[in-house]
Amino acid sequence: MRSVIAVYVENKFGVLTRVAGLFMRKGFNIDSLAVGETEDPQYSRMTITLRGEESAREQIIHQLKKLHNVKEVKLLSDGETVERELLLLKVRNLPKTRTEVMAATDVYRGKIIDYSTDSMVIEVTGEPLKIQAFIDVMQPIGIMEMGRTGTVALARGADVLQEK
Amino acid sequence: MRKKNPQWTGAQIVVQTLIEQGVTDVFGYPGGTVLDLYDELYLHRDKLRHILTAHEQGAAHAADGYARATGKVGVVIATSGPGATNLVTGIATAMIDSVPMVALTGNVATSQIGRDSFQEINIYGITMPITKHNYFVTDVHELADTIREAFQIAKSGRPGPVLIDIPKDVQLAKCAFTPQGVVAPQPQKEVSQTEIDRAAALIQKAERPYIYVGGGAAACGLTEEILAFAERIDACIGCTLMGLSAVPHHCPRFLGMQGMHGRYASTMANRRADLVLGLGVRFSDRATGNTATYAPEATIIQLDADLSEINKNVPVALGLVGDLVENFKRIAAACAPAAHPDWMDEIAALRETERKLTQAAQTVCDLSPQRLMDVINDEKTDDTLIVTDVGQHQMWAAQCIDLEKARRFISSGGLGTMGYGMGAAIGAQIGDGSRAVLITGDGSFGMNLNELTTAVTYQIPLVIVLFNNGALGMVRQLQELYYGRRYAETELARKTDFVKLAQAFGAKGERAATLEAFRAAFHAAMRHRGPTLIEVPIEKEEPVLPMLPPDGADGDIITTKEAFQ
Repeated sequence: MRSVIAVYVENKFGVLTRVAGLFMRKGFNIDSLAVGETEDPQYSRMTITLRGEESAREQIIHQLKKLHNVKEVKLLSDGETVERELLLLKVRNLPKTRTEVMAATDVYRGKIIDYSTDSMVIEVTGEPLKIQAFIDVMQPIGIMEMGRTGTVALARGADVLQEK
Repeated sequence: MRKKNPQWTGAQIVVQTLIEQGVTDVFGYPGGTVLDLYDELYLHRDKLRHILTAHEQGAAHAADGYARATGKVGVVIATSGPGATNLVTGIATAMIDSVPMVALTGNVATSQIGRDSFQEINIYGITMPITKHNYFVTDVHELADTIREAFQIAKSGRPGPVLIDIPKDVQLAKCAFTPQGVVAPQPQKEVSQTEIDRAAALIQKAERPYIYVGGGAAACGLTEEILAFAERIDACIGCTLMGLSAVPHHCPRFLGMQGMHGRYASTMANRRADLVLGLGVRFSDRATGNTATYAPEATIIQLDADLSEINKNVPVALGLVGDLVENFKRIAAACAPAAHPDWMDEIAALRETERKLTQAAQTVCDLSPQRLMDVINDEKTDDTLIVTDVGQHQMWAAQCIDLEKARRFISSGGLGTMGYGMGAAIGAQIGDGSRAVLITGDGSFGMNLNELTTAVTYQIPLVIVLFNNGALGMVRQLQELYYGRRYAETELARKTDFVKLAQAFGAKGERAATLEAFRAAFHAAMRHRGPTLIEVPIEKEEPVLPMLPPDGADGDIITTKEAFQ
């Protein structure tokens, strides 16, 4: 079962290691982890996606809550959450595939953000499934290099992780 | 210091904050990056007593033993590099047994960090998984509050060790300092009355209630309340190794330690129960055996300070997280008296079986472990601190030593740290003041016997009873059962003369070859001012019984020596 967990942490030295170390120690696998400063620079927000049974998920949430620098942990439920991921993907710029690359980018509402005689860099944003689908389309054409940010997610509506 | 707003060095702030937090004793070992701190300790030696051990590991175990015996936060200091890494086993031991401790380490100056400088080690990274929290302080302005926060974290909720790494330049840097009061533990969340009532309702429905007492209950002094409650709902009481001193052993409802080498009656009663009320327990594999077959008919209620312990090892019907004393008292108040005569008959039958099995399994020799423990029971008082190392002797002590008061049984439970005992006994004795008896084996004692020097220097009233079976008995026992008696590296053909060894350190050394000789030697040692070591030769073949094999179910309990023959 795939789960998305949002973690509100103090923006301090070593916090990422603490969180990542906890997953390692307890034998849980992280699918993706995205972290960045919040509107209050004292805090960062992590979005962690993972796979595992419900009991394992409950345990990891409880363990996260024990970390001193972790201020809030919330399981983001399916359907009640908006998720986005950013992909940057570099393909060879060849006459025979150029049109196909541009058409696919268009369909996936991507953007070509770098264009040279040898290569193109494409930016695609969307839900993780869409990102994966775009990668699958590009695979036969030949991916030179790619980078994904991992999922960033927020609850729908006025629900927030940390009340002000 | 004539200025209006005097400036204090980091080292001064550390010492002042320790004093402010009520610390009176620290254990440690000096070195290059804590020179400034030790200079301050020297200047304040009238307020803060420093105990120098032979090795930093001993100092860490001493701070741990000090905390277990007193309930106060134990403090240990070490220098950077090897000084800091030598603390690691001690910190990990305290972590898994939830012992409040603050470890202070020096480090090279911040300008030297990351350059593989002499005695530089990233102890912050190393201890991250084995501390409740840890700090690397880079700004002297944050130092005092960091230490205060460390004390608060160490003693709040489920206690644990906290490490603070302080680079040398931060110890030298200056800033203002204002003393504050002792930090209070953070209050815990209150449990709703609905949940309390639910727990009470489940208890009232039960016909075979079993109160399962762990280290959490022992640490918060739940004793009288447990006895009164057991009486009221007509329940029996069992415990984990960590919970051993929570309940006075004379209590007729107390069945002793359960689990792998627990007492037969408590292990069986736990598995037969239809209600298990866990008080500060974590359902460790050593206490439960195979969790899939554990207490199959029981509704389990778990009271703990740590949310992550609920449903971690065993799924429970109800988990109440928060202040253990508070929650237990509220549940007790919500329960009406009950009587379970059938259950009590069953318990009596289990006790009778246990008595027969124990009698049959006892070695009919002069120096059987059980007889030796009986002598210790005869000679000790209710205040005597019983400290153990790890191995067979530890389990015999857990099974046989009679305890009447809390914090009188000090043993490495979760980590099973051989070599824990010497340091822990010294620390416990210094903290509590009562005489300490260290029950140890030739294997464990061999690991940290260097601390004899500390016991002699500080004239610690300590009796070391060394069960010498010339083997690493606990591991040997497993090889006997499961490895075709191939005793790989567990038979010790060592020529150590423990009597001379003790004497060389300046302690009294005795060897007792008969039970009467042991009684006489132990009697004298209990009146001796300093440390005495009494070596007792015991049978190498003596197994610890009963034995619930790792991952075993109740039908698998080994109760006779025939399994070994």
